[in-house]
Amino acid sequence: MTAAPTPTAKATATPLVDMRHIRVSFGGVHAVDDVSINLFPGEIVGLVGGNGAGKTSLTRVLSGARPADAGEIFIDGKPATISNPRDAKAYGIETIYQTLALADNVDASANMFLGREITTRVGTLDDSAMESATRTVMKRINPNFKRFKSPVVSLSGGQRQSVAIARAIYFNARILIMDEPTAALGPAETAQVRNLVTALKAAGIGIFLISHDIHDVFDLSDRISVMYHGRIVDTVDKASVTTDEVLGMIILGKKPGEVTSEQLATLRS
Amino acid sequence: MTQATGVVDQPTADTRRSIRSLLASTEVDTRLLGMVVALAVIWVGFNVLSGGLFLTARNLWNLSVQSSAVGIMATGMVLIIVSRNIDLSIGSILGFVGYTMVMVQAIWIPTTLGLGFGQPYTWIVALAVGLVLGALIGGLQGWIIAYLKVPAFIVTLGGLLVWRGLVFEYQSGQTIAPVDKTFGLLGGGPTGSIGDVGSWAFGLLACVGIAATLVAGRRRRRKYGFPLRPLWAEVAIGIVGSAVVLGAVWVANSYFWPESLAAQYAQQHNITVPPGGLNIPTGIAYPVFIMIGVTLVMTFIATRLKFGRYVFAIGGNPEAAELGGINTRRTIMLTFVLMGVLAAISGAIQSARLNAGVTSLGTQNELDVIAAAVIGGTSFSGGIGTIPGAVLGAVVMQSLRSGMILLRVDSPIQDIVVGVVLVGAVGLDTVIRRRSSR
Repeated sequence: MTAAPTPTAKATATPLVDMRHIRVSFGGVHAVDDVSINLFPGEIVGLVGGNGAGKTSLTRVLSGARPADAGEIFIDGKPATISNPRDAKAYGIETIYQTLALADNVDASANMFLGREITTRVGTLDDSAMESATRTVMKRINPNFKRFKSPVVSLSGGQRQSVAIARAIYFNARILIMDEPTAALGPAETAQVRNLVTALKAAGIGIFLISHDIHDVFDLSDRISVMYHGRIVDTVDKASVTTDEVLGMIILGKKPGEVTSEQLATLRS
Repeated sequence: MTQATGVVDQPTADTRRSIRSLLASTEVDTRLLGMVVALAVIWVGFNVLSGGLFLTARNLWNLSVQSSAVGIMATGMVLIIVSRNIDLSIGSILGFVGYTMVMVQAIWIPTTLGLGFGQPYTWIVALAVGLVLGALIGGLQGWIIAYLKVPAFIVTLGGLLVWRGLVFEYQSGQTIAPVDKTFGLLGGGPTGSIGDVGSWAFGLLACVGIAATLVAGRRRRRKYGFPLRPLWAEVAIGIVGSAVVLGAVWVANSYFWPESLAAQYAQQHNITVPPGGLNIPTGIAYPVFIMIGVTLVMTFIATRLKFGRYVFAIGGNPEAAELGGINTRRTIMLTFVLMGVLAAISGAIQSARLNAGVTSLGTQNELDVIAAAVIGGTSFSGGIGTIPGAVLGAVVMQSLRSGMILLRVDSPIQDIVVGVVLVGAVGLDTVIRRRSSR
């Protein structure tokens, strides 16, 4: 698979992110095998696939958690070197990890500002300013969030997820990677996150959305990339496919045209 | 968990609940409070058993000096253990660095460089050499641990052997003496203390400091509209804190110079000794001052600086800390640099106290220090621990040892008791923690 074809007007614009021929291997196993994918400003690209398809491994390259073994990354059309999470953040790439990646023993604001603390003029931590900012952001994401002083280990799954989301959006990210952002959330919070995603998109942020929930992906994404065994099966416009066709790609690893009717039938049954 | 008080309590009895809410509104660390209570029990217990020998100015003063060497290092060990590492080499680093500092002042400056004894700069040079050496050794070990990813247990176990072995390379194991006069003051003793006026001045200054901290904290909270502590709680904390400080100063000043030393002093200064004997208040010893200073600085580092926050974040979840953008390797290496510096400070105090460089200096100190940190609430599973807790842990350890010496308990039995207390205290703490996190 070469670089995904981009639809209509976007073809002329510079992609926000352009990952080319990315390869990640773990001891001989190719978790990501020659994958190319791109993302435009204000666009949501859904990344779907079964367990072990390589979705998370691919995005971890972009967030600097696990540098690629081969391939190139272009940000705004310029080659970018991302060898650790600090590099990624410098490019405005923020990630909501599936594991949330929270420091369990410190509170919400310490997590939100982890690695980017607000300091006073003399260089000490300005906890009050950080807590104040956290309260403001939380009002937007999860107005019910009250436990600002508790270590996040004692928070519920939904509250922890709120903290992870708050951390990702506070620092004016330009590129957002959301790995199962609503996995631990109830219906109300999920709706809140969906609204947030739509608002971020409207603000021109590019979003990679990883989800097991195909309906989530269909509702929010502009394009959908399907991964299968470390490769991209196809990247399609949401408008041009049905959920069944995407499901077929996820499970069989083949494009809609390549799927026989018997295979589709077994899928449905 | 300190913040858990408000969350876990089951309304069993009204009184228990009201005490808890009372405590909660003062926002005092309940673990630390528990340790203070335990310490009080130990002190009173030993005092009763020894027939009033424990709670004397003389014994408490000695206790403060003995605790300082271990307490200073325990503050660094907290950061090491919190970030899920361990340092077994500090006793040997202390020995090597301490011996080196004595070499500087007893041999290198006076003989090798031919500058003679008693130079005014000798003690500063010796101390500086020690601190730099401690930082370098800690940095080397920390670099191997953080960047080469060799387990801290192995690296510092190697360090324990290497640095102790190196001590013998200097003078083939001889004891060297004496230390410089000014350097010797670091070890404490009647002359190595600041006297009554200085101690009172320090005590009053500390009280002002406590009040200023409380006021500043309240002002900051108000500025951001955060909930305030009730005023009575602020006042109570201020009063209790000041009382403890002034009480400690009073005890230190109630310990007088030994008679012979006082008589010698009187002779030198042409003072006639009054009928009851000349009572010269000793005041707070320099090593205790150093310990207080180190505790304040380390608490500041641990709670007010990014570095401290990173140490705790790494301990809570190393992967998350890395993903959060923290330079985890550099942070880990720095904890070992700090530990090396603290071992050097402690080495200076201990060799000054002995007035000599000996090869056995600091042997098994790593065990006392680790025990102090752990008794003080530092958790081996990482991310949890406080500096004041560790210092208090050092005082608890030293109180047990010193109390048993007063009771003439044999040294092997002492070890058994300390061992049992260590495991018992940590076991109890683990059980309580598990219960409160449910």
